Formats: sequence, structure tokens, C-alpha cells
Amino acid sequence: MVASVFSSALKLLGTTPLSRRKAMWGMALVAPNVLGLMFFFGIPVLIAFWTAFQDWNGIKPAQYAGFEKFELMQDDPYFETSLKNTIVLTLYTVPAGTVLALGAAVLLNQPLRGRSFFRTLYFLPVVTSTVAASVVWTWIFQPRYGIVNSWLEPLGYGETKWLTDPDYILVPIAAVAIWQRLGFNIVLFLAGLQAVPSILHEAATIDGANRWQRFLHVTLPMLSPTTFLVVVLGIISSFQIFDQIYVMTSRYVPGGVRHSASTLAYYLYERAFTGSDFGYGSAIALVLFGLILLVTVIQLSLQRFWVYYESNEG
Amino acid sequence: MLRRNQSYQRVGIPTALLSYIILGAGAVIMVMPFIWMASTACKPPIELNKIPVKWLPDNPVCGDNLDLLYDNSPRFNRYLLNSALLTIGRTLGQLVTCSLAAYGFARYRFPGRNIIFALCLALLMVPFQAILIPEWMLLKRLNWLNTFQGLIIPGTFSAFALFLLRQAFMQIPIEIEEAAVIDGANPLQVLWNVTLPLSGPALAAFAVITVQAAWNEFLYPLAIANTPDTRVVTIGISLLQGERRTPWNIIMMGSLLATLPMLMMFLLLQRYFIAGISASGVKR
Repeated sequence: MVASVFSSALKLLGTTPLSRRKAMWGMALVAPNVLGLMFFFGIPVLIAFWTAFQDWNGIKPAQYAGFEKFELMQDDPYFETSLKNTIVLTLYTVPAGTVLALGAAVLLNQPLRGRSFFRTLYFLPVVTSTVAASVVWTWIFQPRYGIVNSWLEPLGYGETKWLTDPDYILVPIAAVAIWQRLGFNIVLFLAGLQAVPSILHEAATIDGANRWQRFLHVTLPMLSPTTFLVVVLGIISSFQIFDQIYVMTSRYVPGGVRHSASTLAYYLYERAFTGSDFGYGSAIALVLFGLILLVTVIQLSLQRFWVYYESNEG
Repeated sequence: MLRRNQSYQRVGIPTALLSYIILGAGAVIMVMPFIWMASTACKPPIELNKIPVKWLPDNPVCGDNLDLLYDNSPRFNRYLLNSALLTIGRTLGQLVTCSLAAYGFARYRFPGRNIIFALCLALLMVPFQAILIPEWMLLKRLNWLNTFQGLIIPGTFSAFALFLLRQAFMQIPIEIEEAAVIDGANPLQVLWNVTLPLSGPALAAFAVITVQAAWNEFLYPLAIANTPDTRVVTIGISLLQGERRTPWNIIMMGSLLATLPMLMMFLLLQRYFIAGISASGVKR
């Protein structure tokens, strides 16, 4: 009995000694990383679904709480603010970040002297830590001695309290996010632009299309896979904005006055690690996870319809 | 590729001029914070609150401010060292685990291979914040909170690096590896002597991306290892910033110290960064 199970397991590995040996090697090679990934990331995914239904302060044993934490969300104004801010930040950062990057990439794609120099400069913020960047931008948006207000002074906005006024607080946070991601988007767009077959531009030129018409009718449609990628990655990353909010508000009111700077990512951290409500934090995390999953599913189903993919040909 | 006279590409002088003006204005905004950071880091306290804004300090006091940084944050060097440990540990760890696994997935058939690989890739879709709390619980159970193993070891496993390296390994002609096998090399020897040396650019791209991400990591160490002994430099800066009485020149000096290593690495290894970013974008 044992022997037959053993021999059928052996057959599964391969029919010849050589293929069996190769299968063993394969499994041995992938084992460390696969087991590590499953232990440190796979298991937490499973636990995430469990903790969201628990009442747990991190010390006392957890108690089953059913859907209590999800009901709590419905009359929690801070949760509502955080959810709204998550969406608003996306609306601030993604369209602006995409259009600016597309414009810069189109300019950088011209045979201009010194364009690699510009590309380097635009890319610098990408390699900078978000924490250091947020600190500098906090200083730039400082109400009394900051650069932004000194520039806005002549326009009559020199007194704007960017990081304490709930009406404005998302602006500096979005500014840092756009600034930091622009270089990344430009690199993606440049790769996309270089993949546009030059023959299409030549044909359009022969047909009498001017620069703008070629951009509209050749470049943009051919670039749609890249644009789609930039938008989707941008949405997913804007849903996860955390460092900026944590750092830029920590000097004044953490999370902003009345949580005006809080997003789901920030609020789940705050509830769990400063409010010691790990169950509620996990429930918020599940909502965030669901939102990102939704974007991914929409991405996979939409791209078939409106994105134009060129076959692999140079 | 054949280079032709691409008349549609020719840029006239007005267009070129306009392009330079727009690109230049953009570049100023992109670089301004770095200049402002460096300039503030060298200003004496009196010059901080000058209006109109001074772009360069009248009396630069970089050295004094560096000393003041250590007065404000005596363990700042420790934080820098911890960041370096996290960065090196994670990058070397991923290099080992992920190149082994990438090689296994690229070259070997075994039962369940595709399912296991798909599971690993599925982890890429999980945002880190979604598993932050369970991760914390897991490390608490292991007694790894506020330890270096907690800070470093979970990050030595990566689905992203696995994917990146597998792609690179699959592009190497299998005949070269087979020749080594015929010469009697075992899989580890093939990986070490043939596959890895032939994957130089991909390894470099992987390394710079991983180093950059690890050095700049914030949320994970904040939740897992926020004690004076295990703190990384990003937390060190945010602590300076959180204290309202820390003057801006000191905060900027700290940020400058934390930023410089990555800026220098980027300037030296730029093309690998771009390659890595493109690969990560195409993938995710």
C-alpha cells in the first residue's frame, strides 16, 4: 500500500530516472523562495480575512466580532473622509500625472540635443525616498517662510495654510505624489513612443498630416497600451499613498485636522497601530484590498476592448 | 536598424526652442526641492526665516549644521547603518533565493510548477498595506518584532525579483547551459558559472531597484522595528520632522544625508535604473 502510493508519487515526478532527478532539482531550487513567500506573504493574506472579523487590541486574546467592524465603518465619519480622500487623491494625481508625463515624453522623444540630461533630471525624484521628499515639500509649503506662499504672495494667497487647512491639505500631498511619479511615467511613455513604427508617421506625413494631426491620429492610438498601463499603475499606487500623509502632517496635526488628510491606507495604520484596534484596521485593509482588486479586474476586462495592441513587428 | 532620413522627425528651430523652454521649466520644478534641501541644510538659523526667500545661504554653515543634527538626533549614524543593513541584507537575500527559484522555474519541469508560479505572481497583486497587520501579528508570534531578523528576513523573498530574473534567464540560449551539463556541471554550478554571468544587465537592474526600494522603505520598518536600536533612517528623519522645535536646517541636513547615497547611485547606474523601472512597469 505504502509502496504503491510511493511509486505513483514517483511517477508523478517523471517516467525516467533522469526526468525524476530534474524534477527534484527544480523543486529544490524553487523551494526557499516559494516557501518564504508563502510563509511571510501568503499566510498573512489568509490571516487578513480572519482578523477583519475579530475584536483585538494586540494584547488580549482576539474575540470573534462578526461583521461588527464593517458596521462600524458605516457610521464612522473618519472612515468616510478617508475613503473620499483616497478617491480625491487619485483624481488629483492620476490625470495630471499622466498628461504631464505624456507631454514631457513626447518632447523628450524628439531628436533634441541634451534630452538625456533632461530625462535624468526628471527621474531624480523617483529614486529619492518619499519620506525625504515629503519633508522638503513640507518646508516648501510652510505657510510663513515657504517658497510656495512667497510665490503666491503677489496673487493674494500668501497666507494659505496648506498643511493645516482641511480645504487645502490634499494639494501638497498630491503635489509630492505627482512630482515623485512623473519620471517613472515618462520612462514608460518613452518606451511606448519608441515602439511606434516610424512607417506610420511617414505614411501620415505623405498624406499631408501635420505634427498635431500625427500626434492625435498616430501617436495617441498607438500609445494606448502604455497610457492604459500608466493610468492603472497610477491608480493603484495612489490608493497606497501613505508616507506623504504620515510625514507631512506629523509636524502639525497627524492625519490632518479632523482626518482631512487621511486615506484608507493611513487610517488603517492609525486604527491598528496607534488606536490598537487591529480588527478595525484589518477591516479597512480589506476594503482597500477590494478597491485595488476591483481596479485590476476592470483593467483586465477593459484592455481587450479599447486598447490597440500592435503585433510584434519592428 | 537602418537609419533613414526621417523628414517627419526633423525638428525646426521654433519647435526646438519651445520644447527647450517647456522642458527647462519642468526641470526647474523637478530639481528645485533638491536645491532647496541642500541650501537650507547649510543655512544658519537666522537665514531660515528670511523673506523674500534666499536661494543660497549668505554664510554657509554646513559643518555646524551637521554637528547640530547629531545633537538633535544622537543616533542618526546608527539609523543610517540600519538602513544599510536592511538594504544589503535584503538585496543579497533576494539575489540568492530569487535567482535559485527563477532558475528552477525557467529550466526545470516538476509537478505543479505552473500553479506554484501563478500563486507567486498573484502575491504581486496584493498591496502591502492589506497584509501589514497580519504581517505584524506573524512577526509578533515569532518574537521578531523590533529585531533585525524581522526587519530583514521577510523581505529576502520576492515575487517581483523572481519574475524579473526568470524572464532574464529564459532569454539565455539553453544550448550554452546544456554544454556545461555535458561537461558534468550540476545545476548550481551551471547557475553560478553560466547563467548568472550571462545575466549581468538584468542582475544590475534587479539590484538597483531592490537597493533603492529597501533604502527608502518606511511603512514596513515603522510598523515592525521602530526602536532606537533597529530604526532605519527614514524613520529617523520623520522623527526629526515630527518635533515642532527641530529647526528646518537640521531636518534638511538629515534628509540630505539620507538622499545622497541614492542620488549618487542613480547618477552612476542610470541605465540600469531605467531598465529596471521599464521592466517593473511592463510587468505589474
